[in-house]
Amino acid sequence: MSEANKQPSAEPMILMQGVHKWYGQFHVLKDINLSVQAGERIVLCGPSGSGKSTAIRCLNRLEEHQQGRIVVDGTELTQDLKHIEAVRREVGMVFQHFNLFPHLTVLQNCTLAPMWVRKMPKRQAEEIAMHFLERVRIPEQAGKYPGQLSGGQQQRVAIARALCMKPKIMLFDEPTSALDPEMVKEVLDTMVSLAEDGMTMLCVTHEMGFARTVANRVIFLDKGEIVEQADPDTFFTNPQNERTQLFLSQILH
Amino acid sequence: MQTSANVPRPRGSVWTDPQVRAWVFQIIAVIAVVALGWYLFDNTQTNLEKRGIVSGFGFLGNSAGFGIAQHLIEYTESDTYGRVFLVGLLNTLLVSFIGIVLASILGFILGVARLSPNWLISKMATVYIETFRNIPPLLQILFWYFAVFLTLPGPRDSLGINDTFFLNSRGLYMPSPGPSENFWPFALVLLATIAAIVVMGRWAKARREATGQVFHAFWASLAMIILIPGLAVLIGGNPLVWSVPELSGFNFRGGWVLIPELMALTLALTIYTAAFIAENVRSGIMAVSHGQTEAARSLGLRPGNTLRLVIIPQALRVIIPPLTSQYLNLAKNSSLAAGIGYPDMVSLFAGTVLNQTGQAIEVIAITMSVYLAISISISLLMNWYNKRIALIER
Repeated sequence: MSEANKQPSAEPMILMQGVHKWYGQFHVLKDINLSVQAGERIVLCGPSGSGKSTAIRCLNRLEEHQQGRIVVDGTELTQDLKHIEAVRREVGMVFQHFNLFPHLTVLQNCTLAPMWVRKMPKRQAEEIAMHFLERVRIPEQAGKYPGQLSGGQQQRVAIARALCMKPKIMLFDEPTSALDPEMVKEVLDTMVSLAEDGMTMLCVTHEMGFARTVANRVIFLDKGEIVEQADPDTFFTNPQNERTQLFLSQILH
Repeated sequence: MQTSANVPRPRGSVWTDPQVRAWVFQIIAVIAVVALGWYLFDNTQTNLEKRGIVSGFGFLGNSAGFGIAQHLIEYTESDTYGRVFLVGLLNTLLVSFIGIVLASILGFILGVARLSPNWLISKMATVYIETFRNIPPLLQILFWYFAVFLTLPGPRDSLGINDTFFLNSRGLYMPSPGPSENFWPFALVLLATIAAIVVMGRWAKARREATGQVFHAFWASLAMIILIPGLAVLIGGNPLVWSVPELSGFNFRGGWVLIPELMALTLALTIYTAAFIAENVRSGIMAVSHGQTEAARSLGLRPGNTLRLVIIPQALRVIIPPLTSQYLNLAKNSSLAAGIGYPDMVSLFAGTVLNQTGQAIEVIAITMSVYLAISISISLLMNWYNKRIALIER
């Protein structure tokens, strides 16, 4: 349990209680318990195949959990499509491979969901889109197609696209893993500025520098279990579990 | 930048110089093709002369002297071979057009159905596709013609619907419309309704973009197109005089008839080609990465909107090129009409006309050119559409 961040008064933004998930015989998530308050910034890390991506993909039901409860912003995720859609409206997601819509311009990528999901007027949707494109510092690319942009620019558009839905929570699934090294910084800068504005963020990443400076809490998963969670200082300087120590020794050369 | 411009190139043997070789081989190829062409032409001319066959296209003006079961334009036995050609061409185009439209609709539904998460729907689509694409098209045409349409009862025992439609072994008889004195006022009302629907559609789109409110333009249009002309008919009287088929003697008179050959051919080609189109559609949808679906769903888009706004537009660029091939196949397979005697281009012109005139070279040349022209037109149209929807990269 997270001792430092526990605020019993406020309803948690995200609550995972005893969540289990299997892919066939393979037990991907084992008894995940997690509570995230509004404005918290969580970094999930762990070796590949540890279930960290699966865990955050369960939060907007891109993956289905088979046991336990997940409550996001007061809505419990069940089979009910209404609940799933309600959660997805409030949860933005950024993917490793951007997943921009290649047949639409940058601006259309950003206005599609506000217009069709939030039923927003086109002009208003475009104003909001331009606002967030300025925020990620590429308003001049609004008329271009994703294929015409660099990887870093595409990922920033993907962030803007998610922000246009005015989400309460942002999920980042290895947002910099598919980028060339020189483009990692521009994306991380965008995420840092988002964190400074108080966005609730869950981020799967191997960028330990980002974790150190931005996260309130770092969670280490291995083999589908939460092995250790702590504030970044404790996590990096004084890890308790030997699996964490092994992992950190491998990635921090 | 003053380099090798004046430096003499070291020359090896002429035979290993790639430029010389390219020229030599191309010249040899051209000479060979021209020589072969000339040989064929000269040989044909000599043989035709020896047998006393007059070549040329004069025969197109001669009277044909035979009847045709289905003609979309006026035709009598005394009309010319040229007119027979037109009748055959139109019959071929009719089958191709109906077939392409129906096969596209059916194929699209089947392709999406095969990907359905619903087990029953997807298995049914699979069985359909695997059955019909694996049976030769000629066999399917023969099946529909001999085993279905020709085994229907004779005209006297027709399967009648409401005494207006009659299905029997000679075809499907249906009422045909003709204009009454109310026709033109009614046509005006209809045109006005359509114009109003177009205006309303634009208004609905503009309002959705301006205020975000969805106006159900489709249902409103449906109501308008039914109610307004319906009201006009109630007030002004029927705009059309229907000629209802009636049994007289051994056959029906009046109305329109779809001959069994046309129904068998169109049905078989539609069912056969739809199976292939379904597979094209399925492969196109599957070619769109799953990440696209996830991105759309994570933004809160519903499955229907995800398919319509994100998946299909991207799938189309994968679907169109093989779809073009299927359209071409359908158009060319319509020549299997010869197997059941539907009066298409091949059975009529390259069959009967060729037999009667003996002008084999001219007739075959014309027929081949026609198929070439139809195919190239379809190709050009589809390529233009494909270019329009292509993704822009870099």
